[in-house]
Amino acid sequence: MELNSPSLEVAITTTLDEAIGWARESSLWPMIFGTACCAIEFMSVAASKYDISRFGAEVVRFSPRQADLLIVAGTITYKQAPILKQIYEQMSEPKWVISMGACACSGGFYDNYTTLQGIDEIIPVDLYVGGCPPRPEALIDALLSLQNDLRTNKYNPNRHKDFKGRLDHV
Amino acid sequence: MSEIIIVPHAKIYAYILEKFSDGFNYLLDITAIDYSEYIIKQEEDFALVYILRHENFKEHLVLKTYLPELKIETISDVFKGADWLEREVYDQYGITFVNHPNLRRILNHKEFIGHPLCKSYPITKGQFLYETDDLLDEMNNRLLSKSVVCKLESGSFSECNKDLMFLNLGPSHPASHGTIRTFVALDGETIECAVSEIGYLHRGFEKSCENHTYNQIVPYTDRLNYCSAISNNIAFVKAVEEMLGVAINERIQAIRVMLLELSRIEDHVVCLAAVLVDMGGLTNYWYMYNPREDIYDLLSKLTGARLTNSYMRVGGMANDLYEGFEADLQEVIKKVQYGVAQTLSLIKHNRIFHDRTQNVGVISAENAISYAMTGPNLRATGVAFDMRKDAPYYGYEKYKFDVVVGSVGDVYDRVMVRFGEIDESIKIINQVMQNLPEGEINVKNASIALPKKEAVYTTIEGAMNQFKLTFEGVKVPLGEHYSSIEATNGELGFFIVSDGSGTPYKVKVKAPSFTAMSAYPEIVEGGQLADAILTLGSLNIIAGEMDR
Repeated sequence: MELNSPSLEVAITTTLDEAIGWARESSLWPMIFGTACCAIEFMSVAASKYDISRFGAEVVRFSPRQADLLIVAGTITYKQAPILKQIYEQMSEPKWVISMGACACSGGFYDNYTTLQGIDEIIPVDLYVGGCPPRPEALIDALLSLQNDLRTNKYNPNRHKDFKGRLDHV
Repeated sequence: MSEIIIVPHAKIYAYILEKFSDGFNYLLDITAIDYSEYIIKQEEDFALVYILRHENFKEHLVLKTYLPELKIETISDVFKGADWLEREVYDQYGITFVNHPNLRRILNHKEFIGHPLCKSYPITKGQFLYETDDLLDEMNNRLLSKSVVCKLESGSFSECNKDLMFLNLGPSHPASHGTIRTFVALDGETIECAVSEIGYLHRGFEKSCENHTYNQIVPYTDRLNYCSAISNNIAFVKAVEEMLGVAINERIQAIRVMLLELSRIEDHVVCLAAVLVDMGGLTNYWYMYNPREDIYDLLSKLTGARLTNSYMRVGGMANDLYEGFEADLQEVIKKVQYGVAQTLSLIKHNRIFHDRTQNVGVISAENAISYAMTGPNLRATGVAFDMRKDAPYYGYEKYKFDVVVGSVGDVYDRVMVRFGEIDESIKIINQVMQNLPEGEINVKNASIALPKKEAVYTTIEGAMNQFKLTFEGVKVPLGEHYSSIEATNGELGFFIVSDGSGTPYKVKVKAPSFTAMSAYPEIVEGGQLADAILTLGSLNIIAGEMDR
């Protein structure tokens, strides 16, 4: 087979993607944007009983510049929203967002003047985890599902290119 | 119902001053009531409510003054804690406090228009914030008040004699415990000036209460202090039951006491775990957090939820203890004791721990009272105020336990008081379980407690009773009432105004974390930056309860 034959090129690209996918899958560095009750459940996820390090995602970094997985755990208010947007923008690509709990997903039962009705009004979200708060198993499930998608290269890097949040015009 | 003293608005300052000299030196809460949609026409549309506690800690006073115009004299020169409380009233109701040193919004953001707790403000009208407050004007005033800079005749500021660096701690910062922001002016590592901004987790609890029935509010109370959800449930239903004038039997009281103490342990272990992590002692986190997981297991078996239990109902609780609960409880207590013992063996005689915590983040007893701090934070300063002893409820006077107090009011005392309280709580739990009375777990009153399921399915009365209670709620008699308990962080009170319907007209939480946080800038000024982190952790500020 010649080196420049099209079939070989394809084979090499696939392998490289797979290698990258495998590396990404097992080295997710989460940044916890924990604001409320869900953050306490995240503490359980990190503690020894549930132990997120079993899945290679225990390097919890509170600096967005070192992280590639943003876990928004808790209620986001209108006052907090610009900060969440800033943190998201400070993370370098590629990056993923898990919205943990009813409040982050939709405002939850706080349908009132102060609570943002879902963080996807501000930043794009890849995975939603329901529950108030979700059990640790639910968050681990979300993590595994993200890892599965990373391994199989399901994520299109341009998936959020057209996203426009409510704070984006300023 | 609380006895309410009505004071003319022109005399309120003098009246409070007089009461202050009579010994009512502890300001629990300030709030306002918007009577514009109230069922009975009141003198004026707005009234202010002050709740004071006597220095013997046994009595409290509820003062009310009607406001012909939305303006009143500040009492922040009498009580330090009034500063933030008045700001909150201004923010939520638009009432101006004359001569207040720093009257600005506190819970809502700076671009917010209107005052959300006024009845005319629609509950779902959200307002986006586009740019976060830089807090520079507040910092400038603070620097001026501490004479770090002076104001020149031209109106600008003098050159500072120190090389100040400004730094934001939070709101997104691992050590800010979620959502607290402190803006500091640093000279080297020393904090010269600090201003705190809260409200990042203001989720509109009090407004949401106004369109839910009493029992629907119970899940909202879970999320006030989410580290010890059941104690909030109990504080709320206790206030409602007192308004209803219904007596609950000894079994309900005993189970509530036992769960209050279990919640106290649950909360203290997570506070201690976090403060030790802030200090770099990560090992302790595993020792302290594992028993918390065991408490979760027990509570989810009992209530169905790990964290937000919603176990209490007006007039009782959701279900009885399950068979084998006591054995599970004993097992959990053993694990808590093991975790505490292991942690203490690591820190008790540890030089690093002592050096990092002793004489760090000190607040004097006098200052703590002026800021209306309560609970372990106040007891750490040497003031033995504990509602369980001073104003007992649910038969606390029957149980033998000690009030743990500190002497200095530093981080060390706050940590050690919490360790001590875990032991005392275990003592109380054991006494309750040794002598747990028999009885129903709900009051026998069809207008308060839901009927049994078989009655709902088989009789028309039962079905109607269930329907009416669920949709209309428990009808609470007309009136205003303040009630409180000794929750984990201190006195947790609810001030409820009822218009006779199944939905409260107004609910105000007296949140211990709110007043503790208002003291924080003063505590950390003059200290080191790293110590400010420890101080915040040791005060156990829970944002859900503080911002509501």
